[in-house]
Amino acid sequence: MTDNAHLDIDYVARLARIELNDAEKKKLGGQLVAILEHFEALKGVDVSEVEPTAHAHPVENIWREGDSAGSVYAPETLAKMAPESRDQQVVVPKVVE
Amino acid sequence: MPELYHQTIAELSAALEAGSLSSVALTEAVIARTAAVEAKVQAFIHYDAEDALTQARASDERRAAGKALGPLEGIPLGIKDILAVEGQPLRCASKILDNFVSPYDATVIAKLRAAGAVLWGRLNMDEFAMGSSTENSAYVTTANPWDLERIPGGSSGGSAAALAAGEAIATIGTDTGGSIRQPAALCGVVGMKPTYGLVSRYGLVAFASSLDQAGPMSRTVEDAAILLQAMLGKDPLDSTSIAMPEVPDFRAELKTRKGPWKLGVPREFLAEGIDPEVKANIEAAIDWYRQQGSEIVDISLPHTHLSVPVYYIIATAEASSNLARFDGVRYGHRSAEANDALSLFTKSRGEGFGDEVKRRIILGTYVLSSGYYDAYYLRAQKVRTLIRRDFETAFEQVDAILSPTSPTPAFKRGERSDDPLAMYLSDIYTIAVNLAGLPALSLPSGLTSEGLPIGLQVIGKAFGEADLFAVAHAFEQAHDYHRQVAAI
Repeated sequence: MTDNAHLDIDYVARLARIELNDAEKKKLGGQLVAILEHFEALKGVDVSEVEPTAHAHPVENIWREGDSAGSVYAPETLAKMAPESRDQQVVVPKVVE
Repeated sequence: MPELYHQTIAELSAALEAGSLSSVALTEAVIARTAAVEAKVQAFIHYDAEDALTQARASDERRAAGKALGPLEGIPLGIKDILAVEGQPLRCASKILDNFVSPYDATVIAKLRAAGAVLWGRLNMDEFAMGSSTENSAYVTTANPWDLERIPGGSSGGSAAALAAGEAIATIGTDTGGSIRQPAALCGVVGMKPTYGLVSRYGLVAFASSLDQAGPMSRTVEDAAILLQAMLGKDPLDSTSIAMPEVPDFRAELKTRKGPWKLGVPREFLAEGIDPEVKANIEAAIDWYRQQGSEIVDISLPHTHLSVPVYYIIATAEASSNLARFDGVRYGHRSAEANDALSLFTKSRGEGFGDEVKRRIILGTYVLSSGYYDAYYLRAQKVRTLIRRDFETAFEQVDAILSPTSPTPAFKRGERSDDPLAMYLSDIYTIAVNLAGLPALSLPSGLTSEGLPIGLQVIGKAFGEADLFAVAHAFEQAHDYHRQVAAI
């Protein structure tokens, strides 16, 4: 655990791809520092000989035959879900100059 | 006899089978009750009475043709707004999914359909199941039917409140850190979280994938057993789902497994921070088991006091990854202000997510970020191992563990909404169970002097659902708490 739980809210919001306004940054920043202080309790636990748990019941790789089960979606169903679509394709802002 | 809409699945399925009741009549009674109380309770985000009646008519036709599908045939079940039901809105109580309609059924929903249930409405919840009071919904504020000024618990608050108010015969919730059990306790109903993997997560919108489980909420333990029987099973569409080696007939086993049991009471759970009335109530329940011949064993779960920090690291880390899919591109809200790819993401997410969801995504992003991963996320996963081992050690000595479900009864609206940490501590007795992947159930164990429900939590061994139900059923049948109804 870090000694000074420093949270740069602008940096983390950028990583999370969430735009926050100034009021949100101020409120969230303060709350997150309090939550991180609560996390300090984990610091005192000796975990040097302990394996991490990712799932409660260990799961190995699950294999299946490489056959196609078909698609449950017609292209028009997918295109209809998109906020903007044209010719059964999703329209997005220009990403390549 | 209580009103139709307050009866149990067991009672109603017997009446349906005997021909003294039709699914249409039952569904009409539930719809009329909902119309009468919903303005006060606000348990639903959406419901479609005509759609429910169409399903009810189809159920009656199956029965008339001698093709009734079992005890859930024709029973109206409310569904939390996080499970996909084909053709119905799926919003997770979030603005980011405002116009989304499910193109398919979740596996759990397909199984309930195949069992003949009438799928009734979309129940309110904390946005993306993040919360303990259902105040984080972007749509409506659900009231606790026992006291309309109080919260119903969360995140499955709509599922618990609808049931307590007679707006459904049973409901389906989901539980990542207590989201079935805590609202069940606060609304005076039964809520059950299965062993991790027993029920498929396909079509359950992911919050924290290593913790999420769907489960039943009902008026009695027997009803929960009937529902779980229909919901469970390994699913090729969820590679973390697990086949129970031998699936017991839970309902039949309720009558044959009678104890006495060895029941553990974790001394850490009745120590500080618990409401005195809740403590006295749970101690009385423990005494009842002792008087019935069960052996009460004092046990220790020494790492469970670390459950809250471990959970809020692991669950937020998983959420930050899972919720990356809401990017404004293929479905959901897209900002009208976006003018390039990056602002499409940041503005759509900034506008679409509510405060608690933003808080958790940011926290999860932080604990996974370069330089902090080992200190927070990896360490939390290691402490998770210690919490799991605590339970393994305890279950070498006992058949089940008894504890309170929530440290307090339902609190007032707004009381904790500005203090996320206080809100997180509502789940102090339930979270460890998810981290360890165990099954647990909350059942009504009485009322406070103010008339608010209290819940007793029973925790079982992994895949020990049959014993878990039996232990809970014994207490329930010896008392009449499950027959107490909110005056609304």
